[in-house]
Amino acid sequence: NDDTYFEFTPDNYKDIDKILKKYPKNYKQSGTIPLLMLAQKQNNNFLTLAAMNKVAKILEVPPISVYEVASFYAMFNRTKVGKYHLQICGTTPCQLCGAKDIMKACEDHLHIKMGQTTADGLFTLEEVECLGACVNAPMLQVNNEWVYEDLTPEIMKSMIDTWKKGGTIKPGPQKGGRKNSEGPLGRTTLLKIEPRVKIRDMPEAVKNWEDEIKKKANEAAEKKKKAEDDARRKAEERIQNLKKVE
Amino acid sequence: IIKWRPISYGRLFATITPDSKKQHHGGLSDQDRIFTNLYCDQDPFINGALKRGDWHRTKDILCCPQEFILDEIKKSGLRGRGGAGFASGVKYSFMPKKSDGRPSYLVVNADESEPATCKDREIIRHDPHKLLEGALIVGYAMRAKAAYIYIRGEFWDEANRLNKAIDEAYEKGFIGKNSCGSGFPFDIYVHSGAGAYICGEETALLESIEGKTGKPRMKPPFPAGIGLYGCPTTVTNVETVAVCPSILKRGGNWFASFGRVNNRGVKLYCISGHVNNPCTVEEEMSIPLRELVERHAGGVRGGWDNLLGIIPGGSSTPIIPKSVCDTVLMDFDDLKDAGTSLGTAGVIVLDKSTDVIDDILRLAKFYRHESCGQCTPCREGTGWMEDMLERFKIGNADYAEIDMLYQLSKQIEGHTICALGDAAAWPVQGLIKNFRHVMEERIDKYKAEHPVTNVPRVLSHLPKKGSHQIYLLNQRKQFHNYE
Repeated sequence: NDDTYFEFTPDNYKDIDKILKKYPKNYKQSGTIPLLMLAQKQNNNFLTLAAMNKVAKILEVPPISVYEVASFYAMFNRTKVGKYHLQICGTTPCQLCGAKDIMKACEDHLHIKMGQTTADGLFTLEEVECLGACVNAPMLQVNNEWVYEDLTPEIMKSMIDTWKKGGTIKPGPQKGGRKNSEGPLGRTTLLKIEPRVKIRDMPEAVKNWEDEIKKKANEAAEKKKKAEDDARRKAEERIQNLKKVE
Repeated sequence: IIKWRPISYGRLFATITPDSKKQHHGGLSDQDRIFTNLYCDQDPFINGALKRGDWHRTKDILCCPQEFILDEIKKSGLRGRGGAGFASGVKYSFMPKKSDGRPSYLVVNADESEPATCKDREIIRHDPHKLLEGALIVGYAMRAKAAYIYIRGEFWDEANRLNKAIDEAYEKGFIGKNSCGSGFPFDIYVHSGAGAYICGEETALLESIEGKTGKPRMKPPFPAGIGLYGCPTTVTNVETVAVCPSILKRGGNWFASFGRVNNRGVKLYCISGHVNNPCTVEEEMSIPLRELVERHAGGVRGGWDNLLGIIPGGSSTPIIPKSVCDTVLMDFDDLKDAGTSLGTAGVIVLDKSTDVIDDILRLAKFYRHESCGQCTPCREGTGWMEDMLERFKIGNADYAEIDMLYQLSKQIEGHTICALGDAAAWPVQGLIKNFRHVMEERIDKYKAEHPVTNVPRVLSHLPKKGSHQIYLLNQRKQFHNYE
């Protein structure tokens, strides 16, 4: 692993310049994650030690900082993975909707266990944590890119067969033809596309707000003056009462 | 001497006095909906956005004084949509009014890793210009120099769309050196994460943007004092920021007309699990949970009586049993009174066919995997809780160990640097409080199948079945609201 050589392509160097422009010049370390993702993508989804060293040299940080980041985050593959890295979500919402059946279907179809790669290097199975599409459970992600939702074991098997032959599949909900996150039985909201809503006049709103503030300030000043007057009157009455007693 | 007062938890810790004329909330009309392109019926990018009314007369808003914008947000009663529910107007007003040489930053938290939450994904991929306009307005209100949108690494497609939307906005001059022609310079950048749930926590997010491992910092100092690169920063959720342009354009009073007192506005709910119609809907706050599930999610599989429990706010909130689900409203205060919290409004519905211990075990595995490892209670405690729950799943335990698990979760909660310890402890506490009978039945069943004789027990006092309250009294710990 130490002896392998890694160098970014010239196109990737242009991307690196674009990425580093986003951050202040003296905080180049911010580019660690984007550059590591770029290196991993260039290298067939495999992040080598040489790549990490190269990134450290570009960012002018000690290599240990880059090693720390690469081992902390879950998406960096520090071992070789197959051409299709099937990341199946197994957290509770997906598990309730049958993620375990999907995983078992994959294992049976590919004759490997979770976490292993097939002999021809095409598929790697991995169970990952919540991928953020819980409404379309169960679902999986391939190569950290496209997401395939609404799966069943049969659909899973047909998808694997398509990939084995070299075909592509349209990402998104695979079953039932539902549109994104509306319910599979049909949507209950946004039934009609509404025209643009009327917006209030901003300068008028600001004027109202300023008037309100002035009014509140005036009221507070009046209240304070009234309190002072009351206090003064009470003091005078007390003095008069004392005089009467005398 | 132990004082044992019978407490009725319903009324004593109630945070809202009942209104004299109780309104029924729910049934939002399409005209009042903010995210009209939630299911991508129209073009999500600039052409569709302009038709939907984004970027329309934003210059007028940018010419208003900053105090006006902050007051409008305070008047609207918007509370943070990222889980904590802190009043957003107050939070944004913590930023310094006069810079002491350091620039201010706005950071938008689009790291949506909480299980059962998928609302920000819909906003980013179908309505990104609402988010960009909101970031500009809020950034102007807090005198920020730039906004960083931290999006999780798994959202590759969504990040591409967001980058495309930002390029379009720069092209049209809506953001940049002279945003919307008002003279206020503002930049928006997208930073992608790489797969860590802990980076959704605000200080861990700042560490991640700075390029280090995403381990949270100690608070104080708070991000509004020292944040990104040491400059004042505010970290907000995508939904909170994306709702702000509509608040300013239609008025804070309009937004405050939905929901109950202190729980104003509209919210995106993601209903998943054992329902007939899992979907994401935009509904009013304080809608009854039963109405939300039955009207929008097609009801529980097998009818409402087939319901076992609901996790109302993403995986960090305790599970509530059916008896509570019948009457509870979906807002911050009512769920807090019921012993759970609204969180991110990711509703997970469990019906009677599921093994609830198995589900909570999977959540414990999730938290153990996502723990950053900085502080001992979380790093070790999540592992112990998972191991104990594995044994509880088969029933190989004692009744006393249920109380041990509860005490362990109490020792994790509140003693960690960030809130992941609390988030890991609460589901376990919810399981023990509400589904203790399931655990005890499992233990009975295992003991019946594997009878043991002459095994010395560790504890000298074995509490009887159902006597956990006496055990807790003996511990003399402080009683939480959740009890």
